[in-house]
Amino acid sequence: MTLCLALVAAGCGSNSSSTGESGSGGSEGDKVTVNFMHLWPAGVSAGQNKIVNQIIEEYQKENPNVTIKQEVLDNEQYKNKLKVLSASNELPDVGVTWAAGFLKPYVEGNLFAPVDDLLDGQLNDKFVAGTTEAYAIDGKTYALPLEFNIAPVYYNKAIFEQHNLEIPQTYEEFKTVVKTLSDNGIAPIALGNKDRWTGSLWYMYLADRIGGQEKLAGAISGSGSFKDESLVKAAAEVQSLVDGNAFVKGFNGLSNEEAKSEFLNGKAAMYMMGTWELPNFTTNEEIPQEFRDSVGFFKFPTVEGGKGDINSWVGGPGVGLFIGENSKVKEESKKFVEYFVTKWGEQSVTGAGVIPATKVDTSALELPQLYIDLFDEMNKASSITLFADVQMQANAAETHLNMIQALFGKAVTPDKFSEEHDAAISKGN
Amino acid sequence: MDKVMSNKKIIALYVLPALLVIMAVVYIPIMLTAYYGLNEWNGIGAMTFIGLDNYQALLSDGKFWDSAWHSLLLAVFSAASLMIYLAVAMVLASKIKGANLFRKIYLIPMLLSSVAIAQLWLRIYHPTNGIVNSFLESIGITNPPAWLAEPSLVLFALFIPILWQYAGFYILIYYAALKNIPASLVEAAKIDGATSFQIAFRIKLPLIMEVIKVTIVLAVVGSLKYFDLIFVMTDGGPNGASEVMASYMYHTAFRAYDFGYGSAIGFFLLVICLIVTWVIRKLTASKETIQYS
Repeated sequence: MTLCLALVAAGCGSNSSSTGESGSGGSEGDKVTVNFMHLWPAGVSAGQNKIVNQIIEEYQKENPNVTIKQEVLDNEQYKNKLKVLSASNELPDVGVTWAAGFLKPYVEGNLFAPVDDLLDGQLNDKFVAGTTEAYAIDGKTYALPLEFNIAPVYYNKAIFEQHNLEIPQTYEEFKTVVKTLSDNGIAPIALGNKDRWTGSLWYMYLADRIGGQEKLAGAISGSGSFKDESLVKAAAEVQSLVDGNAFVKGFNGLSNEEAKSEFLNGKAAMYMMGTWELPNFTTNEEIPQEFRDSVGFFKFPTVEGGKGDINSWVGGPGVGLFIGENSKVKEESKKFVEYFVTKWGEQSVTGAGVIPATKVDTSALELPQLYIDLFDEMNKASSITLFADVQMQANAAETHLNMIQALFGKAVTPDKFSEEHDAAISKGN
Repeated sequence: MDKVMSNKKIIALYVLPALLVIMAVVYIPIMLTAYYGLNEWNGIGAMTFIGLDNYQALLSDGKFWDSAWHSLLLAVFSAASLMIYLAVAMVLASKIKGANLFRKIYLIPMLLSSVAIAQLWLRIYHPTNGIVNSFLESIGITNPPAWLAEPSLVLFALFIPILWQYAGFYILIYYAALKNIPASLVEAAKIDGATSFQIAFRIKLPLIMEVIKVTIVLAVVGSLKYFDLIFVMTDGGPNGASEVMASYMYHTAFRAYDFGYGSAIGFFLLVICLIVTWVIRKLTASKETIQYS
C-alpha cells in the first residue's frame, strides 16, 4: 500500500516536472516571489483593493516567473507592523510609506532603497511637480508617491442659497458668511479636532494667506520662526474664529468622522478636507444624490494685507511605495513598482476616486465635474505646502498637533503656541 | 502521589514550562522595558545609552504628573464606587424578587467589548444629537456642555462609562462571596434579635473582608493602568485633559516615536502600581482573619 502511494506520487512528480520544463522554455530566470505589504483591505478600501489585485494579476501574467505575495493590514496596524519589522530587519520587498517626517528614520536606518534610477528612466516626467520631492532626503528619493491631495473648503450649496450667501473671495467675506450662518442657528464649519490634524489645516491656510507660503515653509523646516508676527497673527485669527462660533459645537471632542457626518447630514455648512473625500461627494451611492449634488468647493480666501496667494494650497502626496534596501529581489521589486505606479495612475481615479500623483489626462476620462474642477485647480496651483504634521519629525509633529488642539480649545495663547513650536522643531533637527 | 510530589526534581519539572513561558512573555519584557528606558531610541535606528536621563526627565515632566493625577483620581473613584457595588450585591444576595434578573442586567456591560462601550457612550455624549444633551435641552437647559470637549468636564464624563463597565464584575464577586456565608450564621443572628443592618455590618462584612481587600487592589491597580475607553473616546484630549499614565506612554512611544522615554514611563507605571499594591496590603492588613464557625 505504501509502496503504491509512493509510486503514484513519484509518477505525478515526474509528470508535472516534465511539463514544467517544456512550458518554461520561453520564460527567463528563476521563480521569484516579491512580498508586497499594503493597507487597502477589501472591506475598508474596496476600490483600491480591487485595483491592486488587478494590477498584480496582470503583472503576473506578463511576468510568469514572478509571484507577488500580498500582506494587507489596516492603517494603524500597518504603521505598527512596519516599525516592528524594521527593528528586526525583515521589511517586505515592496511596501507603503508616508512622506517626509515618517520616512526619515527609515532612510537614516538604511532600510529603504533609493529609486532615483526609476525616476530618471521610464517614469521621468510622469509625476505631478512637487510630489516626489516630499519623499526626497539629501537629494535622493526613497519612494514613489501614489496619491496626491489638496485641501479645499467644501460647502453645502443648498444652505448657502437658503441664506443668500455667495462664495467668499476675501477673508472678511468669509467671516460675514460665518456670522450669518451662526446667527441663523446653523453650524458654519464641521471640524473634528479630536484628530488634531484637521485643525492644523485651518491654521496652515491662515498662516499661508497672512504670512505667505515661504514664511510658513521656513518656520516648519526650522530656518524661520513661528514667532514671526504674521504666523502669530494667524494663530490669533484661529481663536477669533472659535470665539465667533465658526466651528461645530464640541469640535475638540469630535473625531473627523463624526464631524464629517455633521456636514453630510446638512447640519454644518462648510467642511475643509483633503480631496480624498471626493468620492463621498460624487460617486458614493450610500450618500443621498440630493446631497452630493449640492456640494461645491472654494479656495481658502485671501486675507486683506496678507502675503498669500489664493492659488496656494495645503496638501501633499499621501502614501507612496518603497523598496526594501535589504530585499533579496530588489531588481524585480523595482520593476514591479514601476509597473504598479504607471497602472495605478491610469486606474485609480475612475476605480477608486483616488487622485494619483502621476499626471492624469482628464479629457480621456469620464469624471464628475467636481473632479475636473479640482484637477484644473491643481494645474493652476502656485505652490503646495505639505501638511505640517507630515513634514515635521514625529516628535515635533506630536507637539504641533497637541498645540493645535490647545489653540482651538483656547488653552494656550498664540505667543505660547508659537514658542512651543519653535522649541520642538529646533530640538528635532 | 505523595511520593512524586515530594521529589524536588519532579516538582521543578512540572513548574518549569509555565515558568519559562511567563519569563519569556512577562518578566523578560519588563526587564527590557527598564533597559530601553535607559536609552534614547526612536524605535528604528540605533539606541544611544543615556543612563538615567529619561527617568530624571520624567520626574520633572509636568505632563506626566498631570496624567498620574488623572489616573489617581480614577483610582479613588473606582475604590469609592466599590461601596455602591457592595450595597447592590447585598440587596441581590438577599432573597428579593427578581434578584436573578437584576444580576444578569448588571453583568451585561461586562460582556461588551471596551470599544463597543466606547462607541455607545460617544453617541450618548454627542454634543448635539446625544441622548444626554437632547434630554437636557428637552427639560429647558439651553446650551448644555459638550461633555467630551470641555477640559474641566471630560475626565468625569469618562469616569461614568469606566465605572459602569466594571460594575457587573465587582457585583458578581461580592455576590459570590456573600452567597458563601453559611445561612445558619444569619439565622442565628436573627433569632438573637439582630436587625438586618446589624447582620450586614457585623456579620456579612467582616466575613467577606478578605474579598473586599482583593477588590480594592484590583480596582486601584486596574485604574492606574487604565487605557482603553479613554484611548477610543477622547485619545487623552482635549489638551491632555483626560490623559492618563498609560495613554501618555502610548502617545510618547507610538506617536512621538520616543521609545526610550515611553519605556521609562511604562516602567515607572509598573513601579507605581507595585508600590500602591504594597501600601494597600499594608494598610488593610489585619492580624487575624475572622471566622464564625
